[in-house]
Amino acid sequence: MLVLPAAPLMLGLAACGQAKVATSTRPAETGPSSTAAGPLKSGSYTGQAVDTRYGTVQVSVTVSSGRITAVNFLALPEDRPRSQVISSQATPLLRSEALAAQSAKVNLLSGATYTSEGFAQSLQSALSASG
Amino acid sequence: MGMPVIIEVCDPGVRTGTVDRAYEWFRLVDRIFSTYRPESEISRLNRGELALADADPAVRSVLRRCASLRTQTAGYFDAEACSPGDGVDPSGLVKGWSVAGAARILERDGLRNFSINAGGDVLVRGQAPQGGPWRIGIQHPLVGDAVAAVVAVSDLGVATSGAYERGAHVIDPHRRAPPEHVLSVTVIGRSLPTADAYATAAFAMGAGAAAWCAGLEGYESMVITEDERVVTTAGFDRHRVR
Repeated sequence: MLVLPAAPLMLGLAACGQAKVATSTRPAETGPSSTAAGPLKSGSYTGQAVDTRYGTVQVSVTVSSGRITAVNFLALPEDRPRSQVISSQATPLLRSEALAAQSAKVNLLSGATYTSEGFAQSLQSALSASG
Repeated sequence: MGMPVIIEVCDPGVRTGTVDRAYEWFRLVDRIFSTYRPESEISRLNRGELALADADPAVRSVLRRCASLRTQTAGYFDAEACSPGDGVDPSGLVKGWSVAGAARILERDGLRNFSINAGGDVLVRGQAPQGGPWRIGIQHPLVGDAVAAVVAVSDLGVATSGAYERGAHVIDPHRRAPPEHVLSVTVIGRSLPTADAYATAAFAMGAGAAAWCAGLEGYESMVITEDERVVTTAGFDRHRVR
C-alpha cells in the first residue's frame, strides 16, 4: 500500500542524446491517505506494481522525518534502455553519455574479469599452485 | 597463471607476515566456501552431511547476509538460484566478503595505505603509490585494453559485474536466462561485498539496472548498456577523473 508523498515523484524518460523531457508518472494511489497533505509517518512503503507507459513499475519509498529519503524500484520497465532521469524535487539523479574507449594510467582495474564461479575455481588453482 | 588476488601495500615498513596472514585468510575462505572443493563446508552442507548449526559461524553469517541481500534486491541477487536442488552458492558474496576480511587483517596490523584486487573486485585504503587517492579504471566491456572510466577513490570498494569475459554466468533468477541490454554494472560504496552483490543484482536486472541503482542509499553506480551508453549516478560522477 503506497502512501503518496507530499512532494510528487517525477519519473521522466528521455531518448539518448536529447534534452531531458520531464514526464510525470505517479504510482497508483492506493490507501486511505493517498493525497495526504500532512507529514508521512516514517518507515518503508511498497506500492503495488503499476503499468505505466514505460512498462511495469513498482516503487518502494523510505520516509524519514516526513520526507522521502530513498526510492527503490522493485520491478522495472523491460523496455529498451534509454537515458532515465529520476527526480525528487527536479534534481536529476542519473545522467547518460556515450561510451568511449580511453587509455589511462590507473593503479587497478575493476571489471568482470572473473565470475564468481571462475573466481572460486581460479583462486583454488592459484593457491594450490602457490603451495 | 591467472592469480586472482593482488595486494599492494604502500605503508613503509610493512612486515611480510602481515600480507602472508591475508593470503592465509583467502585460503581459509576457499577451504570453507569453495563449491569446487567436495570437502568444503558449503559442499558438505549442500549434500546434507553438515548441519548449518555445526558449520563455521562464517557460513551462517554469509548465508544470513545473502538472504538479506536477496530481499533488498527483490530476488535478483539470490544465492539459491543457481540450480534448484543444488543447494546454496554464496560465491557472489564470498568474493567481496573475503576481500573485506583481508583488509581488516591488514588494518589490524597497522596498515593504512593499500589496495586489494580480487578478480575485479577492488578495495582501497589511504594513499596510492603516486600519492593521493587510488586511480581505478573501469574495464571497457568491448575494447580489450581500454577503460570506460576512471575513478579516484580512497576507503571505498569498487565492484563490477558483466558478461564480457568467460561467457554469461550471471543469470536473472526471475527469467532463468542471462540478462539482456546491459554490458556491465559498476558499484562503488563503503562495503565491497554489498557493492558486489548490488552490481550482480543490477546486472541481472538488465534494462532496469540504472533505475534501481539510482535508488540505492550510499552506493553509486555506472551502468553500460548494450547500445553503448553510460548511465551514472551523480555521486559516481563526483569520483570520476576520466
